[in-house]
Amino acid sequence: MTESTMKAPKKALRPVKWMRENLFSGWFNTVLTLGVAYLLVTSVGPLLNWFFLDANFVGSDPSACTGVGACWLFISQRLNFFIYGFYPDELQWRVDVMFLLLAVSFVPQFIERFPGRKWLGLFGIFGLPIVGYFLIPGGSFGLEEVQSSKWGGLMLTLILAYIGIIASLPIGILLALGRRSEMPIIRGICVVFIEVWRAVPLITVLFMASVMLPLFLPEGVNFEKLARALIGITLWQSAYMAEVIRGGLQAIPRGQYEAADALGLGYWRKMGLVILPQALKMVIPGIVNTFISLFKDTTLVLIIGLFDILGTVQSTVTDPAWQNVAIEGYVFVAFCFWVFCFGISRYSQNLERKLDTGHKT
Amino acid sequence: MQTPPKDQPGKKPGIIRVEGMHKWYGDFHVLKDLNLTVDQGERIVICGPSGSGKSTFIRCINRLEEHQQGKIIVDGIELTDDVRHIDTVRREVGMVFQHFNLFPHLTVLENCCLSPIWVRKTPRKEAEASAMEYLERVKIPDQANKFPGQLSGGQQQRVAIARALCMKPKIMLFDEPTSALDPEMIKEVLDVMIELAGSGMTMLCVTHEMGFAKTVADRVIFMDGGEIVEQAPPHEFFTNPQEARTQKFLQQILAH
Repeated sequence: MTESTMKAPKKALRPVKWMRENLFSGWFNTVLTLGVAYLLVTSVGPLLNWFFLDANFVGSDPSACTGVGACWLFISQRLNFFIYGFYPDELQWRVDVMFLLLAVSFVPQFIERFPGRKWLGLFGIFGLPIVGYFLIPGGSFGLEEVQSSKWGGLMLTLILAYIGIIASLPIGILLALGRRSEMPIIRGICVVFIEVWRAVPLITVLFMASVMLPLFLPEGVNFEKLARALIGITLWQSAYMAEVIRGGLQAIPRGQYEAADALGLGYWRKMGLVILPQALKMVIPGIVNTFISLFKDTTLVLIIGLFDILGTVQSTVTDPAWQNVAIEGYVFVAFCFWVFCFGISRYSQNLERKLDTGHKT
Repeated sequence: MQTPPKDQPGKKPGIIRVEGMHKWYGDFHVLKDLNLTVDQGERIVICGPSGSGKSTFIRCINRLEEHQQGKIIVDGIELTDDVRHIDTVRREVGMVFQHFNLFPHLTVLENCCLSPIWVRKTPRKEAEASAMEYLERVKIPDQANKFPGQLSGGQQQRVAIARALCMKPKIMLFDEPTSALDPEMIKEVLDVMIELAGSGMTMLCVTHEMGFAKTVADRVIFMDGGEIVEQAPPHEFFTNPQEARTQKFLQQILAH
């Protein structure tokens, strides 16, 4: 039986053949290829020069920048401000501890065989916020208090995004379940909540949180501005999250609900053990999309006077001591955001692959 | 095939009692004045043309569908809006669906253990051992650690039967268990069902498999237009149907 041992023909292409087939397969493709090659050659060179070859890396004050290439000196000199904001220098170790814990919890998630990575991940989700709650503001356990108005930079961006992400997911799940509930009152409340929050721009939410909310609160009750912004971001985000998750819930075939019912699981076990694991897995791309857009939307807190990483850079590029460093500053901010968002995206792809049980119904 | 004795002593009479039951979908009257008493250990086959309400009927017995009038009493518990009663009944009534409805994110073994562990609070080890016994009984213990998506339709349906049996139900409902299967897989599922019928399980089975009805049923019920038109032991039902509608139906399905 030769048929049974036949292998699929290999598609091994040598570079020259590959180029002829893919880049120069006709006069039109040849023109395109040459055009793109020309653009690459003419743009990559100057970019490389600006980024690296003509750039200034060493020195300690603005005069060390010669002005031809990028002045990375600006970033390295002001890095402390970009990362910690106005957090007192001698207390910055507390933030460093949080950065370290964040890395320890999540970097192993990318390494398939890292021992105990599940526990590290769980610590990252549940333990980290608790540690941070005591460590960053201080004021207890003999730690000196640091007002939240002094927080800023990358640290503030991460706090906003992190809390927003891990709080909005469970709230979003509950809202999505509520919206599909058979109880009219619960369904009504959830529909109104979702439709109101989702229809309001985040900027408006932030303005309302910082300006209007204090008007409604009783005398003497005073949240910090940051806490108010966080609540606003979380509720706004959970409305979006709810709709993403609802999409997943609706995509689960009715038979799954019926089978769970027929086994007598009851509502919460049916949802928790049968429906949500499938629904959430199905909408991982949507959830991650929402996370990433939240991460970037945190920059809007600038308008209520909180200095996230973009805010700190923005305020520094107008510093008269440093001339023409805006591009460097924004490139740096973009790079920071890209690193985190790309990380989130890669992790979600990992997760999708791992959770695939080979069913496509 | 050995048919088990019909009148076993100590069997509860009327484990399912349906009295004057009506159901509407909106304005559409799907089920009209159904009356049925099923004794423990009885095997009932329900047949009828599509749209006759036979699936809807057995789905009312574990309240996957709600009835609006009349009574359904299962194992002494009346099905009402009371959620606790519904869950109690569902624990005692296993159901097998046309499209298997296995949970695709869990392995075969996890599918079988889910409800015993979470609802019956059986210790995991015990639940797994018992699940393996049932998988043995449906002849697929070797697939225990696969996911449903990796099995054939016939295998999936046998897992679904094992999953329902793991709750040690008093009654089993089958809603067209072989209708979604390729012809060569129907037999493996029917064999399992015949074996189950031989063990004295109370069974209600909606099916078009008339061979199965002849082999194992104590009673065949013919439904049409939301009504029970005729019920009789299989021999009588197939050889001497009383109603014109039954005769017409039998002619149509036995013609080829």
